[in-house]
Amino acid sequence: MTVRRFLPVRSLSLAVAAAVLALSPASAAAAAPKVYTVVIDKMKFGPVPPGIRVGDTILWVNRDFLKHSATARDKSFNVELPPKTSGKTVIRHSGTIVFYCIYHPGMTGTLNVAK
Amino acid sequence: MINKLVLCGASALLMLSSPAVAQKAAAPNDAQIAHIAYTAGQLDIDAGKQALAKSHDKAVRSFAETMVRDHGAVNEQALALVKKLGVTPQDNATSDALTKQAKDKARELGKLSGKSFDRAYMQNEVAFHRTVNGALRTTLIPDAHNGELKSLLRTGLTLFEEHQKHAEQLAKDLR
Repeated sequence: MTVRRFLPVRSLSLAVAAAVLALSPASAAAAAPKVYTVVIDKMKFGPVPPGIRVGDTILWVNRDFLKHSATARDKSFNVELPPKTSGKTVIRHSGTIVFYCIYHPGMTGTLNVAK
Repeated sequence: MINKLVLCGASALLMLSSPAVAQKAAAPNDAQIAHIAYTAGQLDIDAGKQALAKSHDKAVRSFAETMVRDHGAVNEQALALVKKLGVTPQDNATSDALTKQAKDKARELGKLSGKSFDRAYMQNEVAFHRTVNGALRTTLIPDAHNGELKSLLRTGLTLFEEHQKHAEQLAKDLR
């Protein structure tokens, strides 16, 4: 009885392990972090690319001769961007994140982050 | 107090717009346009430095720092451009009127302190940017002949419009 009881459990474990192995390449590909670029030019944040997920990086490129920042309203990131420089943010949570420039508050944008 | 300041702001606009209108009739040349734009920038840098010396308000100080940095950056670009073009900025009635008005205002602001200073500085920043932006839109940009000068003035206007909105919001917050 004991042996009989164990057998299905063991085969189930094996099945789960096999399933995990089979799935892992796909899930690894989906989770591989990506880098998305947002360009600041002439006092405007350029378009934000779609498909951003938690763990991805935003590369902020400041083409202006003015100092800017990319600052999340929810305070989850704050990147100082001196003239003609770039900076990075790793996105740590999902949802809608509104960002702006602390020096020029009229400059705003939105990140839509999936889990 | 506020009414008095509003009146001062209104009279400043009238005083400043008259020479600009006179210049419009005479159509300023690029050397004069460069001088007006550079002078306006320098006057706002001076006003920002006065605010940094007098104000203790975090938001006002941050705004003043931005004015000093941004107008400094634009003027640096303007200087590089006139050098490249071989143009010597030319003094003119509009630059003189802007300078006189700014000096009078600085004297007036010098007598104030605390919240009174902060409010008066921010209200003047609203009025000053409104005046300069109006001049850029109606006179300086349309009358500029050189394409690079026109382009720099356009970039300046985009920036100064943002300054004006920022100033309006801060002036409202300080009320």
